Amino acid sequence: MLLITCPWCGPRDEIEFHSGGEAGRVRPHVPDELDDTEWANFLFMRRNEKGLRRERWVHALGCRRWFAITRDTVTHDILPDDAPSLIASDMHVDGGAR
Amino acid sequence: MSTHQRLRTASGGQVDRSQTLRFEFDGRGYHGHRGDTLASALLANGVRLVGRSFKYHRPRGILSAGAEEPNALVTLGTGGRAEPNTRATQIELFDGLMARSQNAWPSLGFDIGAINSVLAPFVPAGFYYKTFIGGPKGAWTRLYEPLIRRMAGLGPAPTESDPDTYDKRHAHCDVLVVGAGPAGLAAARAAAAGGARVILIDERARPGGSLLASSAFIEKMAAPAWASTAVDLFCAEPEARLLTRTTAFGRYDHNLVMAVERLTDHDPDSARPRQRLWQIRAKRIILATGAHEQPLLFGNNDRPGVMLASAGQCYARTYGVLAGRRVVVATNTDSAYEAARSLAEAGAEIAAIIDGRADGSSDLASHRRAALHRVLGGKEVSGVEIVEENGGKRRISCDAVLMSGGWQPAVHLHSHVGGRTKYDAELGCFVPANTLAGITSVGGCAGRFALSNCLADGHVAGTAAAADVGYPTSLAPVSADRPDTWHSSVDAFRPDPPAKSFVDFQNDVTTADVDLAQREGFVSVEHLKRYTTTGMATDQGKLSNLNALSRMAGLLGTAPGAVGTTTFRPPYTPVTFGALAALDRGDLTDPIRATPMHEWHVGHGAVFEDVGQWKRAWFYPRPGEAMDDAVRRECRAVRNAVGMFDASTLGKIDIRGPDAAAFLNLVYTNAWSKLAIGRCRYGVMCTDDGMVMDDGVTIRTGPDRYLMTTTTGNAARVMDHLEDLLQTEWPHLKVYLTSVTDHWAACAVAGPRARDLLAGIAEGVDLANESFPHLSMRKGQVAGVAVRIYRISFSGELAYEVHAPAQFGHRVWEALFEAGRRYDVTAYGTEAMHVLRAEKGYIIIGQETDGTVTPIDLGLDWAIAKSKDDFIGKRSLARPALVASDRKQLVGLVPHDGKTLLEEGAQLTADDNTQTPVPMLGHITSAYWSTATEGPIALALLNGGRDRHGQTVIARWAGRSVPCRVCSPIFYDPQGERINA
Repeated sequence: MLLITCPWCGPRDEIEFHSGGEAGRVRPHVPDELDDTEWANFLFMRRNEKGLRRERWVHALGCRRWFAITRDTVTHDILPDDAPSLIASDMHVDGGAR
Repeated sequence: MSTHQRLRTASGGQVDRSQTLRFEFDGRGYHGHRGDTLASALLANGVRLVGRSFKYHRPRGILSAGAEEPNALVTLGTGGRAEPNTRATQIELFDGLMARSQNAWPSLGFDIGAINSVLAPFVPAGFYYKTFIGGPKGAWTRLYEPLIRRMAGLGPAPTESDPDTYDKRHAHCDVLVVGAGPAGLAAARAAAAGGARVILIDERARPGGSLLASSAFIEKMAAPAWASTAVDLFCAEPEARLLTRTTAFGRYDHNLVMAVERLTDHDPDSARPRQRLWQIRAKRIILATGAHEQPLLFGNNDRPGVMLASAGQCYARTYGVLAGRRVVVATNTDSAYEAARSLAEAGAEIAAIIDGRADGSSDLASHRRAALHRVLGGKEVSGVEIVEENGGKRRISCDAVLMSGGWQPAVHLHSHVGGRTKYDAELGCFVPANTLAGITSVGGCAGRFALSNCLADGHVAGTAAAADVGYPTSLAPVSADRPDTWHSSVDAFRPDPPAKSFVDFQNDVTTADVDLAQREGFVSVEHLKRYTTTGMATDQGKLSNLNALSRMAGLLGTAPGAVGTTTFRPPYTPVTFGALAALDRGDLTDPIRATPMHEWHVGHGAVFEDVGQWKRAWFYPRPGEAMDDAVRRECRAVRNAVGMFDASTLGKIDIRGPDAAAFLNLVYTNAWSKLAIGRCRYGVMCTDDGMVMDDGVTIRTGPDRYLMTTTTGNAARVMDHLEDLLQTEWPHLKVYLTSVTDHWAACAVAGPRARDLLAGIAEGVDLANESFPHLSMRKGQVAGVAVRIYRISFSGELAYEVHAPAQFGHRVWEALFEAGRRYDVTAYGTEAMHVLRAEKGYIIIGQETDGTVTPIDLGLDWAIAKSKDDFIGKRSLARPALVASDRKQLVGLVPHDGKTLLEEGAQLTADDNTQTPVPMLGHITSAYWSTATEGPIALALLNGGRDRHGQTVIARWAGRSVPCRVCSPIFYDPQGERINA
């Protein structure tokens, strides 16, 4: 069981969190402008890297905040973050839709 | 019965000779002492034969003195407390202990299964896979498998439920030290001296490990006494915790170690829990798990009386028990000489010491460059035949053989997560190959076998670990009074052993099996393991890996390192399910959620169904009523008079903020901008792939405030989904969410008399149709409780939901029900609710939907606001695959015969079934008996279903084919007149 550090609550067992998959997927501002292939790429395609990857978690059974961490998908090592990696500052998307 | 123990020494050992304990083995009574293990007590009584082997039913005795024991597996206790496959070497003796041997029928001494041994040529490695292929149809499942399962295999699992209680604890520490032998004690003392929180774990009742059987002196104390002193000093540190009788059985990610503490296995009359599961998260881990002495390969090396040399030493020095009176020692290591000395001091005669090496450091060897060829004797050892490198052979009579084929570090915990091993050619064993963050292996488990190394390495590791986490110390190191060294065992005379030389005692794998695997091409280490089963089960490579891999390497002409090792997996030793479940049994398995009106439902005879963690009233049978009767009665009551339904489990999310409407516009497919305060609207929620995720009614309760309801099962998922969008996609939206599912009790009142019922009890609310129309909300009072009343319906009838604060839910429900008695109000459960909504063609998320169904497929086009710029799922609904005309669409089905109840999950095919395979056109999602139509109805997803109304399809399930007419999914009141009445 991983030990994940919630930027608000500190280190907690993995069971308190839900995984949100890869970070950095930005929902397009105006989806209607994408053709079918581009939209399908956004919906279905993932980088699925081996090694270090940025990924999203939510402290579902805690503060309910989303955040991002960097984890090695081979060793499960989680890299220490200098600052709390809140999702908004980490992968801020200034509005997919208005 | 005599209390005489014929192989107990006159004095010595650490057992408490003043306490004599009675125990039974295979129904016979024996005596032992406090401090004995079952194994040492059996040996003391001269009991050699303790089990039969797995496959060949060969007689087996006690081989080891610890966790690696492959032979002496017994079933402990009886009935629900019976625990099969426990190692006699690890069972602490207690008064009244009862143990049975396993795998023998009718008795241990005369075992019919031993015929397998004669048939051995027919049950070689891989026999599972080839011998029984063929024969008549079904022969495997009906004949061979039951036979093999009876003849082979370990002890039977208990059939009764476990009456014991188990505990579970979480712990966090700075430094975790696993193993309290010389390395572990040195490490734990050093780590704790500066005030760090240290947990020291040891699997035995008395910490000390190999020190307890050692003749060395440390700080002028005999090793066992020094161990006691070190433990006392450790325990005196304020943050130190010692867990004895505790096995760390698995290491997992991020320094999580699972351990099981045997609290009362040695004291079964205690009222305390039997075992406790520890989940320990440590900043630093020091592994000091020691090493396992390895068997030698020679003929009949599994005969009772053949024992590991270190085990013989342990029984002599720790328990005051002789492995035999006339002992032959065969070794490739120096460590066996201390075993020989220990037995000689305890009174045994050492008949010979046969050293395979030329350069062993002791001059006590009677034969050098010599080895055992085979052991003589049937059920136990009567002598040995030795072979010298120059070809000389001779026989020596003896009643016990101590063997030492080298030592293999117990690298299990190192290897469980990410730890690799490499073959050390000098030591002749596998040692840890990589360093793991925060984890150090010291002493025997690192291949540093000498006592001096154990003490020194442990001290260094303990000091470093504590300093790492902020607790520097300056404790002086300890050392043995006489420094020792360790000689390798690699360059030894190893004659080719006869066929019946066992590499894996527990799984009955011989050198011949390894040879066969090699001849048949199973040379990869993982293939070798699976083909021969070597290293499987509780052995996990403890005694079998080194010999099996060395043998294979020899056959391939490579070094054992080139063959590699198999993967070590938790648990290190078996863990009972009771400990893993601990307190999470029965009602505590999962949290139970009950509504505020739960006790009322119980009192009115409700049968409950589990919906996630919720207990929901399913139906309320009256005396003599079957389920169908009750459900039909409840349905009729709602259609003809009035019913009440507990809707409290619906998910409820309070949505507030100036952008709340904009947010709803984005998460629902339909439009929300114009919803007036006090009005309700049905909403459909999709994921961005355009598939329906959830639905429900949302009510505008104020200028910037909405109450969203979700389906019962999806409440948490919807909450996560909305939070995700708000926090990560649209952080500019000023909206916040609060889960209020448990804050409101919801009483649905449905049926033509619903208004009459409310009129008699609700105060401060005008119920007239024109002032309180369908899909609106009013506030009022019921039984003195301020309530919200929503006019919404999931039955197609005139209906209201009365929401009261949870603490008043029961009171409001009862008041409503009492007020309804004059209208013959009927409580209805989830089953009737399902039937009523199906009659109206209303979907249930998870029943009509499965993540592949769009709102359009469900005929919910009217709930899609295409004019909106965006909503979650909008773009996908324009993808070609999602607008294709042959998508599965929601339809109704009625069987042609008007009688046959259809089946959920039944496949639908066209009505000409001439061609096979028959194409599947869809499936039934809901099927009920409808009281509205007085016949069976079903909802189904059917390819291009909306254009098939009036056609016939065949519903097929379990060999049945029922022709059905495709129709509209709305079976009742298609104009919706009743709902607006």
